[in-house]
Amino acid sequence: MIVADQKPLEEILQMLASYKRVLVLGCQSCVAVCMAGGEKEVGIMASAIRLARRQQGRDVEIVEGAAKRQCDDEFNEPFAGTIEKQEAVLSLACGVGVNKLSERFALPILPALNTRFFGEVERQGVWTEVCAGCGQCILHLTGGICPIARCAKNLLNGPCGGVRDDGTCEVKPDLQCAWILIYNRLQQLNRLDYLAEIMPAKDWSADRAGGGPRKRVREDMML
Amino acid sequence: MPEVGQENFEPRLVAFCCHYCAFAAADLAGVLRLKYPSNVRIIRLPCTGKLDALYLLKAFEVGVDGVMVAGCLEGSCHFISGNLRAKKRVQATQELLKRIGIEQERLEFFNLSSAQGNRFAQIAHEMTLRVRALGPLHHAALAANPAAVAKGSG
Ligand code: SF4
Ligand code: SF4
Repeated sequence: MIVADQKPLEEILQMLASYKRVLVLGCQSCVAVCMAGGEKEVGIMASAIRLARRQQGRDVEIVEGAAKRQCDDEFNEPFAGTIEKQEAVLSLACGVGVNKLSERFALPILPALNTRFFGEVERQGVWTEVCAGCGQCILHLTGGICPIARCAKNLLNGPCGGVRDDGTCEVKPDLQCAWILIYNRLQQLNRLDYLAEIMPAKDWSADRAGGGPRKRVREDMML
Repeated sequence: MPEVGQENFEPRLVAFCCHYCAFAAADLAGVLRLKYPSNVRIIRLPCTGKLDALYLLKAFEVGVDGVMVAGCLEGSCHFISGNLRAKKRVQATQELLKRIGIEQERLEFFNLSSAQGNRFAQIAHEMTLRVRALGPLHHAALAANPAAVAKGSG
């Protein structure tokens, strides 16, 4: 899922300073799971904004809502009528949702979140980056553990000389060395032979080096 | 911040009370005929672990001046850790209140047992004094724009 953080309330209030009618629109998918922008967070955010504006002695009318997925026009469409009556939308989706709404609607769409990374739920309340979205997956060779996302130096042929005796990384003592994890996992899978192969440099043009945004097209699925 | 006439101001308080301790303690305070401020409204929770930041903000939104959350003594929660979680949620909400521009002292977490009727009366007194000293919520707003507050305070 996409993991995001809420911006500090002061920054959000600043963005909203000149608006009196605002839709606070969450997203019920990724950011609901990482507890940054789901329905519950929309309620808390809306309440906080109303209270803050009342403290400032300045009225604000807030409508609350949450789309199933803000990155998809069809889930935003039910809100079109409401959106058109507002002066601005405060989006609690990831940046994809903000972009999507901005393409569709003529009013300002303001981000309430800082979009961070692709992550997993490590445990309740903790989310960790495990995929870098580099565009050229090598997980079949690394036992399902991504060294691009999880090694502090993004090494393809690790570990480096800095790994500590207890298997943690020299860069951060609380980080398990990704390459030790990969070694242990390959041993479990009885595929340590993979480590004898030198992994060639990645084709980083599949990352962002191609210039501008990446796109995926499936002709067979197009209408 | 406090202004004229505040010594007479009766703050409106809400107490979110755990069914197993604070709620029973409030009941006991009544049975013991202990006097505590009549302006404290009690909302019973099955456990303070049920507490949500939204309950606290909504209370302030509808015009309450102070909120207390009262759970079991640490180590005595019926559901093991509900009171510890509630305490963390109260702390996070206090942080949020600060950002909103509301004194975080208007919100407080207390621990007590069901046998402590007197302590319930005492914390109700303490909170009343504390919030009375802070003055009514939306005080600043009232001065700046009375119409906005009248409309918003529900
Ligand atoms: S808008 Fe962002 S957070 Fe919401 S479903 Fe799409 S990718 Fe996930
Ligand atoms: S110790 Fe391991 S995780 Fe850290 S930089 Fe070296 S190879 Fe990467």
